[in-house]
Amino acid sequence: MTAVLRRAGQTLLVLLGVSVLVFGVFFATPGADPTARIAGRNASPQIMEKIRHEYGFDRPLPVQYAIMMKKLFITRDLASYADRGELVVPEILQAAPVTACLVCGAAFIWVTVSIAMGTMAAAMKGTWVDRGLMMLGLVGISIPVFWLGEVANLVTQSRYHDTWLFSWVPGLGYVPFSQSPSGWFRGLVIPWIVLAVMFIGIYSRVLRTDLVALAGEDFMRTARAKGLSPVRILLWHGLRTSMVTFVSLFGMDFAQLVGGGALLTEVVFGLPGVGRLTYRALTTLDLPVIMATVMYSAVFVVLANAAVDVIYLFLDPRVRDAR
Amino acid sequence: MPADRSAPLLDVRDLCIGFPARGGMVPIVDHVSFTMPEAGILGLVGESGSGKSVTAMAIMGLIDAPGVRVSGSVRFRGRELIGLPPRQMRRLRGRDIAMIFQDPMTAFTPVYTIGWQIDEQIRAHERVTRAQARARTVRILGEMGVPDPERVARRYPHQLSGGLRQRAMIAMALSCNPTLLIADEPTTALDVTVQAQILDLIRSLRGMHGSSVLLITHDMGVVAQTCDSTLVLYSGRVAETGPTARVFDRPGHPYTAALLDSIPPLYGPRPDRLPAISGTPPTPMDRPAGCAFGPRCAHVHAACTTTPPALVPLGPDHAAACVLPAEGTPLPPRILRASNDTCP
Repeated sequence: MTAVLRRAGQTLLVLLGVSVLVFGVFFATPGADPTARIAGRNASPQIMEKIRHEYGFDRPLPVQYAIMMKKLFITRDLASYADRGELVVPEILQAAPVTACLVCGAAFIWVTVSIAMGTMAAAMKGTWVDRGLMMLGLVGISIPVFWLGEVANLVTQSRYHDTWLFSWVPGLGYVPFSQSPSGWFRGLVIPWIVLAVMFIGIYSRVLRTDLVALAGEDFMRTARAKGLSPVRILLWHGLRTSMVTFVSLFGMDFAQLVGGGALLTEVVFGLPGVGRLTYRALTTLDLPVIMATVMYSAVFVVLANAAVDVIYLFLDPRVRDAR
Repeated sequence: MPADRSAPLLDVRDLCIGFPARGGMVPIVDHVSFTMPEAGILGLVGESGSGKSVTAMAIMGLIDAPGVRVSGSVRFRGRELIGLPPRQMRRLRGRDIAMIFQDPMTAFTPVYTIGWQIDEQIRAHERVTRAQARARTVRILGEMGVPDPERVARRYPHQLSGGLRQRAMIAMALSCNPTLLIADEPTTALDVTVQAQILDLIRSLRGMHGSSVLLITHDMGVVAQTCDSTLVLYSGRVAETGPTARVFDRPGHPYTAALLDSIPPLYGPRPDRLPAISGTPPTPMDRPAGCAFGPRCAHVHAACTTTPPALVPLGPDHAAACVLPAEGTPLPPRILRASNDTCP
């Protein structure tokens, strides 16, 4: 319990550091006037003056930082000037659930499928099943997600949309779960699979390698000497031990995706998530939005790391005692 | 197949184990034969690479590297183990024949408690409830000299000392009352003081559980302390076999004699330097045509270099694979002995 609390304290400290760093990168870079960048292209002097005052760019850096944090987390009135004064924080909060739905669904698919594939390949090491599955994994890793997404769109939206196979696929875009659960599911299932493909490839290969390496461990030999069945040895002793690696890998990928890393998938499928928001902000050089999404993403990576560490405490008794 | 009570507990005949290498088969273990009586302790001695661990793994049916060929016969209570279907082998493993390993640090799965792992073995072989299994686990841990066994059962492997872990390992091996316990260098990874305790424990198993023990070691001192009979392996072949006291008094093979000479004597004058055997054992790939020990032997002559010498009987249950006794020039009995087998 103290370990969890201590980890939480560390997390807060890291978050503080991250916010300072992000602020520094965007607003305290020497040689660039943040006012002009927030204002966007062709801003009038009046607007420039207003921004300078609003963000405190005429005052010392610590004050600027405090104002920025206040605007982000307390008053939440950080506004985008490039996008006619749209408030940034509500925009992100609106986009976040879309991304969360996309990533959670994909994560569920890639975790189950890759565990099944990796375990099966390890169990049948050296056979054609093993080679076939690993080849499939490699193909999955090599396919760029935007290409796969476009192909999926081409197939399900236009070419074969009118056949019995894909007539259920709705048009691009997002339907909130509260509006229509079945529409939500139908709209997301293809993006889920497309996003999961690469991760299935990576995770199943990593898991297989891990399981094969574990098979040479002393404790696996002990398990066999105990007279356990091969399935029990593989699942209860091998897979359970591999989960330690698996979870750390998963935490990082999951966090960066929730933080906006699913950008390409979101853009291709027209899902209004954090990734697409970042993408739009980048194309219009909308500095407040970019900063806010970067901050949001960093927060998720840090939080996910903390979560992974807590899960570690449950998965690996050795870590529990080391802290 | 009914168990044959009149047959020896374990009867190994002409066990050969070949590993594929460089396009051919390399015999790691070459026609090894021995028998183990009920409630006996047999010491299997040899240097690293002499094939002693592989022999144990073959008896347990744990060799599953691709391409490995195991031939010969291993009869456990008259039942042939070589070629036994995996499912039947599994039922035997852990219940009738159990094994403890060299390094107790790595032999337990790190993510489960000791108790959980012992319960698992009990429940794999017997229909008992979780609570019954745990009760037996705690009882056996206690019998193995583990203090506060109930608490230890709830600990994770890394939380225990090496000695405790090895005791827990032995407890796990004994949890289903096996008739044969194979101990593969059970004390090598432990402190000397803990070593002695574990050896005491192994010796006492016979009285407590009626188990026979096949003790694999490279330490002649351990053999002298623990075993009724001794089997010396050299480069995958039997060099000498016989009752421990007799082998230590009158070694019939120069290799055994040299091994015994390299133990520091407990009585008498201290030698400046312990005699060592010069050279290294041949790798299984370029074993000489004759006696494998020939290149390192002080008594080597022409007769040794043509064919591997056969086992020559030297006395009751005592035999050595050496041409010297047959040629009428056996090794002299050891004069400087007195120590290893008579001291406690």
